[in-house]
Amino acid sequence: MDTAALQETPLHDVHAALGARMIDFGGWHMPVQYGPILDEVRTVRNACGLFDLGHMGRFHITGPDAIKLVDKVATNFCAKIPVGAIRYALFCLENGNPIDDVLLYREEQDVFIVVNAGNLERDLAHLQEHAEGMDCEVVDQSRELDMLALQGQHSEAILQRVVEDCDLSELKYYRYTWGTLCGIPNVRISRTGYTGEDGFEVYIPPSSSKQVWDSLLTHGADLGLKPIGLGARDTLRLEAGMALYGHEIDDDHNPIEAGLSFGIRFAEEKGDWLGREALLAVKADPKKQLIGITTDGKRVPRQGHKLFRGDTEVGYVVSGSVSPTIETNIGTAYVTLGNEEVGTELELDINGKRQACVVAPQPFYSRTRK
Amino acid sequence: MRPDDRKYTKAHEWVLLDGDVALFGITDFAVEELCNGNEGDLVYCDLPEEGRTLEAGETFGEIESVKAVADLNAPIGGVVLETNEAIEEHLEILSTDPYKKGWMVKIKPNNKSLDGLMSAAEYEAFVAEKAH
Repeated sequence: MDTAALQETPLHDVHAALGARMIDFGGWHMPVQYGPILDEVRTVRNACGLFDLGHMGRFHITGPDAIKLVDKVATNFCAKIPVGAIRYALFCLENGNPIDDVLLYREEQDVFIVVNAGNLERDLAHLQEHAEGMDCEVVDQSRELDMLALQGQHSEAILQRVVEDCDLSELKYYRYTWGTLCGIPNVRISRTGYTGEDGFEVYIPPSSSKQVWDSLLTHGADLGLKPIGLGARDTLRLEAGMALYGHEIDDDHNPIEAGLSFGIRFAEEKGDWLGREALLAVKADPKKQLIGITTDGKRVPRQGHKLFRGDTEVGYVVSGSVSPTIETNIGTAYVTLGNEEVGTELELDINGKRQACVVAPQPFYSRTRK
Repeated sequence: MRPDDRKYTKAHEWVLLDGDVALFGITDFAVEELCNGNEGDLVYCDLPEEGRTLEAGETFGEIESVKAVADLNAPIGGVVLETNEAIEEHLEILSTDPYKKGWMVKIKPNNKSLDGLMSAAEYEAFVAEKAH
């Protein structure tokens, strides 16, 4: 692999020293696994995991029109997000299809946004284009702020050991606060994640990344904290029913049919926004629906496999994985309406061979629905 | 050093001539690429039907790990005589013994020429280059 052209996070050499298997992920040289992927999934479900998310994009929209800009380009209603709260949203084009899905951190006047690594440049250009004539600035902070995630039931206990001056038990899900982390003042700490477990994401200066990483691993060792790669992260998010750009959503797949309506606000007060009209039309007359599938067969559903109901082709897989949590192979797929009911028996076409699968409730895993 | 009684392909298969038959398998490097040393990460191996005629380079099966699927390609042409059914239920054989117990397919070769394939030493150098 020619890795010379790939970008590296501040923790790149730490992963190499830990013996991680590194891959090209959206132009970044990232750890896909430190040990067996399925063990890493179990570690996060049963204890706690630490993730390097340095590759993700981090924007700060500042100025009097910051919220106005976000309400023009994002699907959620930024003006209505309470200060200190976080919401999921998508950046859609006029055709209703997304160029990315993001998290919006609402500040008093400004908005902090976390975007996917692979879409960063496109997002930035998109925001800057629509900011023209507005009194706000789009600042790419991706290289000034690094990002780590701590995920799993022991996250709060472990993080509290290195955080002064804020009581993490008072920080609610999808809220953020500011605290002193490993002696670093004013660190943004949010109760968010992409695994379906309780957990936190922290935004730190890149010069402190190694210190914070090592300190967390040291302080969490007795509670089973381990570094977790992007391979397990993908399985964790799929088990938890969370979309991944490039799979459940992309330039050809709108968020309504993907089941992401919770991140879309059509309220009149929000005013017009990019993709609103197109998404209203999809909402009124959807053609397909994202479903979950499970299969007892040995093959793992993979993006691109076709789905059949009898002799009729009814859809296609967009994500798949072995699921150590529910102990079967799982996937997400789009099917034409009429085939989405839970329990519907379908067949995967894997290079001409059929394997039975069944429509399963989403999400596959919920920590609150035991 | 990998066994020098056989030849290797750039797609990380091996072929061993044994009298009138030939055996195919995949190398430890291929297994490592698929499962990173974690044999539990292998989930599936699809092998061809007996009697099937394979052209050199033709895909005869697939091997799948938790995160990837790889084609299995015939190093030389011939007719499939037998497949190693033990593998399908015990994929860990591929991790523990890819060159003996981990054989995948036994064929009757069209001819016994292994021209164009790599020796163990050449494969060693090829893999070292790739891993770099």
